[in-house]
This record gives sequence, C-alpha cells and structure tokens, in this order.
Amino acid sequence: MGAFGNDGRERRWTGLDRLESRNRAPRSLLVALVLASVTVITLDVSGGGSSPVEPVRRAVGEAFGPAETAADAAVRPFTAVPQWFRSKGDLADQVRDLEASNAELRGKVELAGFDRNRLEQYDGLTTAAADLGSALVPARVVAVGSRQSQSFTVTIDAGSDAGVGPDMTVVNNDGLVGRVLRVTRSTATVLLIVDPDSTVGGRVGSSMKIGFVTGSGSLTSDASLDLRLVDDSSVPAHDDTVVTWGSSTGPYAPGVPIGTITEVYSSLREASQRAVVKPFVDFSALDLVGVMVPSGSQSDRAVIEADGSLR
Amino acid sequence: MKGLRWAVALGAVVVAIVLQVSLFPHVAWHGIVPNLCLLVVVAAALTVEAPFALVLGFVAGLTLDLAPPADHVAGRWALALTIAAFLAARVRQDQKPSALAVVGTVAAASFVATSLFALTGVLLNDPAMSVAGLLEVVLVAVVWDVLLTPFVLPPLMRLFARTSPQWATP
Repeated sequence: MGAFGNDGRERRWTGLDRLESRNRAPRSLLVALVLASVTVITLDVSGGGSSPVEPVRRAVGEAFGPAETAADAAVRPFTAVPQWFRSKGDLADQVRDLEASNAELRGKVELAGFDRNRLEQYDGLTTAAADLGSALVPARVVAVGSRQSQSFTVTIDAGSDAGVGPDMTVVNNDGLVGRVLRVTRSTATVLLIVDPDSTVGGRVGSSMKIGFVTGSGSLTSDASLDLRLVDDSSVPAHDDTVVTWGSSTGPYAPGVPIGTITEVYSSLREASQRAVVKPFVDFSALDLVGVMVPSGSQSDRAVIEADGSLR
Repeated sequence: MKGLRWAVALGAVVVAIVLQVSLFPHVAWHGIVPNLCLLVVVAAALTVEAPFALVLGFVAGLTLDLAPPADHVAGRWALALTIAAFLAARVRQDQKPSALAVVGTVAAASFVATSLFALTGVLLNDPAMSVAGLLEVVLVAVVWDVLLTPFVLPPLMRLFARTSPQWATP
C-alpha cells in the first residue's frame, strides 16, 4: 500500500489484513477458486465428448497409470493372504459346490442349444458374425473408483500399447463387465455396466426380444441391472438369459452374456416391461478381465485369439 | 522453503490418491473408501496458513477429478475440497489444535465435502442417485475418515509444520 489515500481507510485495511492472515483465508481467494471450479465444471459439461478437459484427463492418466499399476502390484500379495488359511474341508466343500453348479450349467447349455442356434442364424443373417472373430487382451483391475465419486469405473493395466482403444467391450470369464471409456499408453478406464449412466442394448435369449439394460448403481455382490423391453407385449421369462444385442459400430460386441432375469415388473406408466437382471459378473470381486480387440491387432502382450490359441 | 512445502504437499496428494484407488478398494465397505486426499487438505489447513491450504484443496480436488478411473464431471471435487479447506482453515487458532478439535474438523470437512460433491451431482444430474444411497455414502465416508484420522493426520501435520516457517509453535 502506498502513502497516499485516506488515513482512516488505510488503518482499517491493515487491521482487516492482520485479522485475516491470522486464521482465515482471504475471501477473494475463496471466490476465485470456487469460480475456477465452476469454470472447469462448465467446460466439462458443455464440452460433452470433446470437452477441453479430456486431453488433461489423458495427461494425468499417463502419470497416474503406472503409479496405480505399481501400487496394485505391491498390494496384490497381501490380498491373497486370506486364501492361505483355507482348510482342506473348505476346498472339498468348494469342489462339491462347483461340481453341482457345473452339472446345472451343463443342463442349461443343453437346453440353451436351440436358442444358441437361433442366435447364430440371426447373426449369420446380419453380417455381425464377422465381428465375433475378435481376440482378447488380458488385463488386471488395478484401481477402483470410490462410491463417493458416484461413478462405477475401474482402471485396468492395458492401454493403447496393448491394442486397447475407446468403446471396446470388456468381459471376464463370467460375462460382460463394461466398455472402455478412455485409454492412456499403459492403462484404460472402464465403465462398468452397473454404473447408473451405462446403457447396454440387451436381448432376451429365449424370445430374441430387444431392450435396454441400465445399471442400478451398486457394487455389492447382489447388485442388479434393469432391463426395459422395447416391445411391451412380450413378457420376459424368469431365469431367462440376457445377452448383448451389439452392433458393428457400437461399443458392445454382440452375444456377450450379461445376466439372468430374476424378477419381472410391468410398468403401466411407461408402457414397457421392466425386469431385474442379476449380472453374471461379481463386480465386488473384479480382477482378471479381457478386452475384446479386433483379431490380429498389435499388442504388447500375449493375446487370446477366438479359437483359444495364444499369440 | 515455499517450494519444498509445495513438493511435500503435492507428493502427499499423489500418494493419497494412489492408495485411495489401488489399496483401499480391497477393504472398502460397499465401495466406499476413506478420502485420503481430504485428510491431506485438512492437515494442511490445520497447520499452515489458509491461502496455501485453499489452493492445495483446489489442486488436490482437481487431481482427484482427473486421475483415472474418475469419470465424473471434472471440477466437482475441486469445488468440494476448496470449500472444505476454507472451513477447516477457519477452525485453526494460532496454536496447535487439540486432538478433539482435529477429529471434529475432519468429520465436519468430510461431511461437507462429500455432501457438496453429491449435491453438485444432483444439480448436474451427473449420475442419478437415490437420496438414501447418498446419505449412506456421506455417513460411511465420515466414519472412514474419522477412523483414519489418528493414523494419517499427526504425521502429516508434523510434516507440514516442519516445512512451514510461519507455524507459531507455543
């Protein structure tokens, strides 16, 4: 402050300054930072898919990806500790359970043969069958978004170097996991199908009716998805399997199993059938996943081809 | 000294974020993890002068918004953590805060930050979530943050105090 100006005013200013520097931040800084936050929010919301925040996100991802992968590698040995304390009895019980579920599944597969054939015929008619010859890039989940952030996303340790790109389908050995949102060189961010913002085109296995599967926003093992059928006259059957409807341009590959129908409601207001789908994938214990890439694409790791061979 | 303090603070934020997304999901309750980033910001707000803590809150929030696997609208955590830092900085007197004051500040800051984040989500309709779900998230997050306070806050506050020449030790 200079020597000019009103004396009284000068004193008041310095007095206020001393008070503020003692235990509170200057209001101007607070206002500036809040406005900066609001600006970032506005930029990101109005920009949509091509928002100016996206390159920054990618740059931060390039920096954090390797750190998250390293942290996960350090943590992984400890997460396996509970398994050391499993007794022979536990393992025998597990073998019995698995045998039972195996027999049940075999029965289901035999029954599902008819539906499978129809699905294959249908896929043969549309040229989508060509897309089924895709390869899988194996990856591990290295970071999980927190529920506080309200988005159900995970980071996997395969990125553009491994041949992974945006909108690719992510599966594990149980069924559909989600799709790739964005990639960095060594990692990729995956939107899980349980995210409330996620919508997957689904097809009911027995009736071939199409609908939309949305997430319910829950990570627990009893998480469920919502299926809304387009044709309101058809009622999906209990225990029916839902697979992806898929397209050659859309993000989800066709014919990937999503889950089974556990409950059916008919919604009068929206004139459509709503069914609750229990996903095949246990999202609370997600670890090894595969990203479906076009067959023969370049990758920095072994790729599992459609016929089961490693390349 | 100022540069060293920034290096320490940013290092703490990076470690906090990596632990938050890679280590704590293994012990999370229904996917809710402790917000270590918030604890770093509160530690700074309780130790060093307020402008530094405010800017650190903004930077930490923005990093939390952008680091994978985040996919929400960027700037939401930045807003929430800036306001949390402002509130926490108001609590501090010029001497070392008591243990009870620290725990209380963490609980209040955690409540305010998580609620603000949820509210901006409701305003932007970012993900549509139920009120019951939001309440569960906010309350469990407060419990998590308070549980971790005795382990995280004292070393962080000592660290910040050591790099801060402004700290008036009684």
